[in-house]
Amino acid sequence: MERNLSHIALFAALIAVLGFVPQIMLPFGVPITAQSLGIMLCGTVLGAKRGALAVLLFLLLVAIGLPLLSGGRGGLGVFASPTAGFLIGFPVAAFVAGLVTEKAPMAVGWAAGLGSFLGGVITLYAFGIPGLALMLDKSLPEAALMITAFLPGDMIKVALAGLVTHSLARMRPGALLSRN
Amino acid sequence: MLTLTSPVETPLHRWPAGLKLALLCAATVLLFRLTTPLPLAAIATALAALHLLLGRSIAATALRQLRPLWPFLALLALWHGLTGDLAQGATIALRLITAMALANLVTMTTRLSDMLAALDRLTAPLARAGLPTRRLTLALALALRFIPVLSDRIDTIRAAWTARSPRRPGWRILIPAALAALDEADHVAESLRARGGAG
Repeated sequence: MERNLSHIALFAALIAVLGFVPQIMLPFGVPITAQSLGIMLCGTVLGAKRGALAVLLFLLLVAIGLPLLSGGRGGLGVFASPTAGFLIGFPVAAFVAGLVTEKAPMAVGWAAGLGSFLGGVITLYAFGIPGLALMLDKSLPEAALMITAFLPGDMIKVALAGLVTHSLARMRPGALLSRN
Repeated sequence: MLTLTSPVETPLHRWPAGLKLALLCAATVLLFRLTTPLPLAAIATALAALHLLLGRSIAATALRQLRPLWPFLALLALWHGLTGDLAQGATIALRLITAMALANLVTMTTRLSDMLAALDRLTAPLARAGLPTRRLTLALALALRFIPVLSDRIDTIRAAWTARSPRRPGWRILIPAALAALDEADHVAESLRARGGAG
């Protein structure tokens, strides 16, 4: 019990801290925010339930008025912004990423990569695109078109989530709660 | 750590947090019901006047907090400029601005302690239903406490990296950062257990 609680709290803090880290520049000039990678890692490292709870805890901290989203955003206003759908999708994305990492019958790094893709891209977009469509009063295909620019960056995050989870599994096999 | 609550005391600070949250919900629902630009423009003007009445610093902060909307407003201007449906574009833009400004106003005028008290009351029915809401409070406190701790740890990791390599750490910093969170979580779990558990 204590172990679940402390991991959930610490990973909520980790997502917040990754929001302060300046954007990571990849060699060919694509900037990515570490924060959304943190969402994927919550699922792939902590597993479905704990990962989703960690993300929910993080969103609660944002909602009660802490400027923890990357770029120093926070408060209730971000839940009324055009990207609110993505925020609502965050915990579900972590859940799906964790579920796939737990269940997929393959090496943990590959499972984490697959989970991050199904959770952090497919599931997240399934929430983000309707949210965008609703807030901007556009059709679903139109809203989907607006965010295609982010797809390459998100695919890189998927690969990184797999790599980081793989490294963690080698360094602390016992600490990877998604596979224990 | 800094919150988004305005340090400048306004009359709105003294309103109960629960009331402000309920009003915000009702107002947001109303904003999404309005489908013509005129009433929304009236609300936006009233909201701007209210901000100025509350003080310059509140108004300036509110304006700064709306900055993430700019790309979307530019996109809407382009889109509706091309389709020629300007009234609809104005409706959507005004709705975005007013909904977000109103929510930010509640955040700006409600202290963290008041917000936490409101959260306690909201979760009280869950506690009566037997759900462990005390753990939620504990988890919130732990996460808050460990944000500066992990932030310092990442600074140390970056410093260690730059001392050894001329290149920037990039994504590799994520691995020791996640390791730090995992190890710290194990320590905290042990400490909690030693102090009688998480309840």
